[in-house]
Amino acid sequence: MSENGQQTRSIVRGAVTIAAAAAVYEALARSGIFAAALLPNIPTIMRALWVTIASGTMIEHAIYTLYRVMFGFGLAVAVGIPLGILMARFRRVENFFLPLVSAMMPIPSFALVPLFMLWFGIGNLTTILIVFYAATFPMLFNTWSGVRSVNPLWLRAAGAMGADEHSLFWKVIIPGASPFIITGMRQSFLRAWIAVVGAEMIAASDWGLGWVIFDAKEFLNTDLMLAALIVIGGIGFAFERLVFGSIERATIQRWGMSRVAKG
Amino acid sequence: MQDAVTTIAVTGESGPAGRGSERWRGVARNIFPFVVVGTIWEIVALAGVFPHRLFPTIEEVAATFFRLTANGILPHHAIQTVIRLLSGFALATVIGVTVGVLMGRSRRAEDIFLPIVSIMAPIPGLAYAPLFLLWFGLGNISAVLLVGFVASFPIIFNSWTGVKAVKEIWVRSAQSMGADDRRMFRHVILPGALPYILTGLRLGLAQAWRILVAVEMLAAVPWGLGWMIFGAREFLNTDVMMAGIAVIAIIGLALEKFVFQKIEDYTVVRWGMITA
Repeated sequence: MSENGQQTRSIVRGAVTIAAAAAVYEALARSGIFAAALLPNIPTIMRALWVTIASGTMIEHAIYTLYRVMFGFGLAVAVGIPLGILMARFRRVENFFLPLVSAMMPIPSFALVPLFMLWFGIGNLTTILIVFYAATFPMLFNTWSGVRSVNPLWLRAAGAMGADEHSLFWKVIIPGASPFIITGMRQSFLRAWIAVVGAEMIAASDWGLGWVIFDAKEFLNTDLMLAALIVIGGIGFAFERLVFGSIERATIQRWGMSRVAKG
Repeated sequence: MQDAVTTIAVTGESGPAGRGSERWRGVARNIFPFVVVGTIWEIVALAGVFPHRLFPTIEEVAATFFRLTANGILPHHAIQTVIRLLSGFALATVIGVTVGVLMGRSRRAEDIFLPIVSIMAPIPGLAYAPLFLLWFGLGNISAVLLVGFVASFPIIFNSWTGVKAVKEIWVRSAQSMGADDRRMFRHVILPGALPYILTGLRLGLAQAWRILVAVEMLAAVPWGLGWMIFGAREFLNTDVMMAGIAVIAIIGLALEKFVFQKIEDYTVVRWGMITA
């Protein structure tokens, strides 16, 4: 009972905090201490959000961003998982790729944006490649360590029961490594989402949520910037919680491996 | 990721027994991939598949690297970047640990901060950049504030988790032995939460590093590696860009090897808490 009461109180306090923060913000915005152009009040932001969504521009920007992020993320998964598995299974592949990957990983993806702009121009290709670069490493490393950390006992048990390479791979290694692979996908998507916004800002194309923010800055449309910020946060949050949360529930938790995934 | 990094550390050491030939073979094995990639690069560059201006040979990049290092331009950019990184990170540490520990210790602080932090954390740090630029102007202040702001989230979350993960029984036994609040904090809570806090610092520093390069491109700071790369693009100085990226990679590797791994060794060795 007290646990339940405690929880309700937390929710109430949380709501009160957010309301209080909003009220303080609103008061600051209306007090005129700061220029209204720099600190728009909440109804203005909401109106900007509503107008852009109703006219479809915000949705179109979001679709462009999502397309880039999904394309780059898909490429990262398509490269990261097979390469990670190969690296973990074959010493030779690991010896070749590990030094390269360790040298490239510390380069922030944004450092490559100007170079890619020169090579591939401004627009979709550059953005997708940056997202790909940013998202591949977490995917690769998690798959690699996941496959390596499959309990050797399981491998031997499956071998003793006469599993061939094929079924060993699909029935033991992949499920065993899946908590890591799913964690990797989650981290990788998060990186991709960060990268796409940054890449859209620097390699300014015509569409995309990052570009909206950057472009709005030029015209001092702070309300539009904050509206785009809300959309970016909302989409990121939705993916993080709904998509990856439900994948995790459907796989790792069902297989009873959540403890492995956390470690 | 953490696991992966520790595994690298383990596989990287090829036995302290270290007979000469064994050691050299390890070095050769690590260098071989770079030689292959370098050769392919060189062939493509010399074959002229891409315009030479955009795809310089390795000698040219190396020459540019040494020229810029010798006349002090590259080190100056690098030092500015590192100073910005450290001041942003220091800001993040102060904010992050304070807020995180407060959230872990007091239910009230948790209820107040958690909703705000969980709303702001999932938004990619760079999305705040234009807002910070408008509010705080172009230049250093915006860059450092933004890096500090973005890097503080992982620190907050980890400090919070760490303080909450301190075993109840340690707190109780300290209490029953008559520890006051201050000693409880110094001798029980802080050591107990430290592995988590250090993990948070590590993640925060990595985040700060990733965001800083982009911030330097956007914030028009007077010096800095990000700015240098971005500026070189205007003049099609691909070799300068490559040299800049190389320095960024070196700094990143140095952070990884000398800071992150040291932090990890320190915690792991001293507390024997590898699972933290």
